[in-house]
Amino acid sequence: MAIIDPRHAAKQLIYERVFRSATLTAAILVLVILGGVALSLLRGAWPALQHFGFAFVTREIWNPVTDEYGALAPIYGTVVTSVIAMLLAVPTGFGIALFLTELCPPMLKRSIGTAVELLAAVPSIIFGIWGLFVLAPVLQRHVQPWLIEHFGPLPLIGKLFQGPPFGIGILTAGVVLAIMVLPFIAATMRDVFDTVPPMLKESGYGLGATTWEVIWHVVVPHSRVGMLGGIMLGLGRALGETMAVTFVIGNAHRISSSLLAPGTTISSAIANEFTEAVGDLYTSSLIALGLLLFLITFGVIAIAQAMLRHLERRAAAPL
Amino acid sequence: MNRRQIRKARNGAFLALSVAATVVGLACLAAILWTLVSNGVAGMSSRVFTEMTPPPGASGGLLNAIFGSGVMTLLGICMGSPIGMLAGTYLAEYGRSSRLSTVIRFINDILLSAPSIIIGLFIYEILVIRMGHFSAIAGSVALAVIAIPVTLRTTEDMLNLVPVGMKDASAALGAYPWRTVLSVVYPAARSGIVTGLLLAIARISGETAPLLFTALNDQFWSTKLTAPMANLPVVIFQFALSPYPDWQQLAWAGALIITVTILILSIAARIILSLMQSSGGSKP
Repeated sequence: MAIIDPRHAAKQLIYERVFRSATLTAAILVLVILGGVALSLLRGAWPALQHFGFAFVTREIWNPVTDEYGALAPIYGTVVTSVIAMLLAVPTGFGIALFLTELCPPMLKRSIGTAVELLAAVPSIIFGIWGLFVLAPVLQRHVQPWLIEHFGPLPLIGKLFQGPPFGIGILTAGVVLAIMVLPFIAATMRDVFDTVPPMLKESGYGLGATTWEVIWHVVVPHSRVGMLGGIMLGLGRALGETMAVTFVIGNAHRISSSLLAPGTTISSAIANEFTEAVGDLYTSSLIALGLLLFLITFGVIAIAQAMLRHLERRAAAPL
Repeated sequence: MNRRQIRKARNGAFLALSVAATVVGLACLAAILWTLVSNGVAGMSSRVFTEMTPPPGASGGLLNAIFGSGVMTLLGICMGSPIGMLAGTYLAEYGRSSRLSTVIRFINDILLSAPSIIIGLFIYEILVIRMGHFSAIAGSVALAVIAIPVTLRTTEDMLNLVPVGMKDASAALGAYPWRTVLSVVYPAARSGIVTGLLLAIARISGETAPLLFTALNDQFWSTKLTAPMANLPVVIFQFALSPYPDWQQLAWAGALIITVTILILSIAARIILSLMQSSGGSKP
């Protein structure tokens, strides 16, 4: 029978404590990082926030010469480009996810699914240069003149499609963003649809429903929360996306009624101007933009995560 | 048309739309890859790998940028992945269902999809301002911060796949948890952890926004970690937006290099994972 050496046992206990505290410290570091991000942004943004007050988020002016800054144009650009991206990407992603889960032959399912997932790994700067050199000229020559001709004269929405076709601008940025978030939305929705129990679907078919009726009345209601979570995750990505937008947005600090005009977004304004910003107030205003972006995306992603978590818990529970 | 025909027609129409969406989506993505490959291959030559980034109007290569990207990615992963792994170990082995772990998981998922430009601003505030100038080390730290949530997530997922029986067997032999983790759990989850590392490298090697305000750029060969360092993403950004055809050509070549690297890493990660699953050793 082995005799336990007390010194050995004591040493083991010390190792255990050291290892445990190392893992705990690393885990807590994650919280520290998020807190540090929030605090350092707040500290950097403080001079601008103090100088302009609440008017910072309601003013459109952005003038480095007179040292006056307002965040309205970047906020507007960020929201509008993301809305365009979601309007285009959500229906398309929904279609792809349906195709993959309900229609696709099993052999193709795996390869198309893998292709979609790999494309989610392509860095955003690639989408940016493609948007600048390929998409923008195509939109300028073929799509935008058509939009101006057919939608420009209409009442109300006509204003959105007037002015010269620049190629780069809010609309182009929205389209590039849509293509970028498409793989995320399609992959999340596919995963959500895959969690629908086959028994529910088969019950639908058993009652004589068509494929579409099963999708619309069984699959979609069952996956509602997860779909919304996926959409919010895509939205979080679109709101914070920097490089893909910076290439094609045109970087103009003004709110134009036309979607075809150049604009700016929070992230592209920071990327374009930060290293060239002179003067404390200029730098601080850009960091204040970063703080706004942090707050917006934090909220959107937190809601998305809460929804997806709710779904995971439900999937784990027995039917 | 009777009801039955209407239902059939509607079914056909929506399914056709679904197929159309798939075709359109895949066509866009194929168009991007095609442009990338055709322009990138045209810009590719041996000089890309042997010469430094040129001044406007001259020809040159991307050697210093490739080197800088490699150095910063390597440093970033060396700093970030141990932290991510340890934190993942805590979540999977020590605090599996504590309230702290729930909070950490939630925060980690938020960091995982937070805009990387914000991480760049954060490092600018805490490192670049303190040091007084841009530096490769600040760039590496920014990349490390981005790598932490990725490795944390994959490590936790992979450790959770290790059968409880193995841990119990180790504990029954009198091993403390640390010994069980190091000698039983890590080896059993090895291929999963390697997959996580590959995915983290893939993720950080294409990041541009956080490097803009941390490592910045340098036109020449530099190995000093405390000075600005050239790196592929920022060079691509600057060169693509320039009016010079030579620079634009190099930007495409750089874009192709990055994308191919990332796709190879992602595919390697998938292959390792599927080998692990087919061997059946670590199924839940």
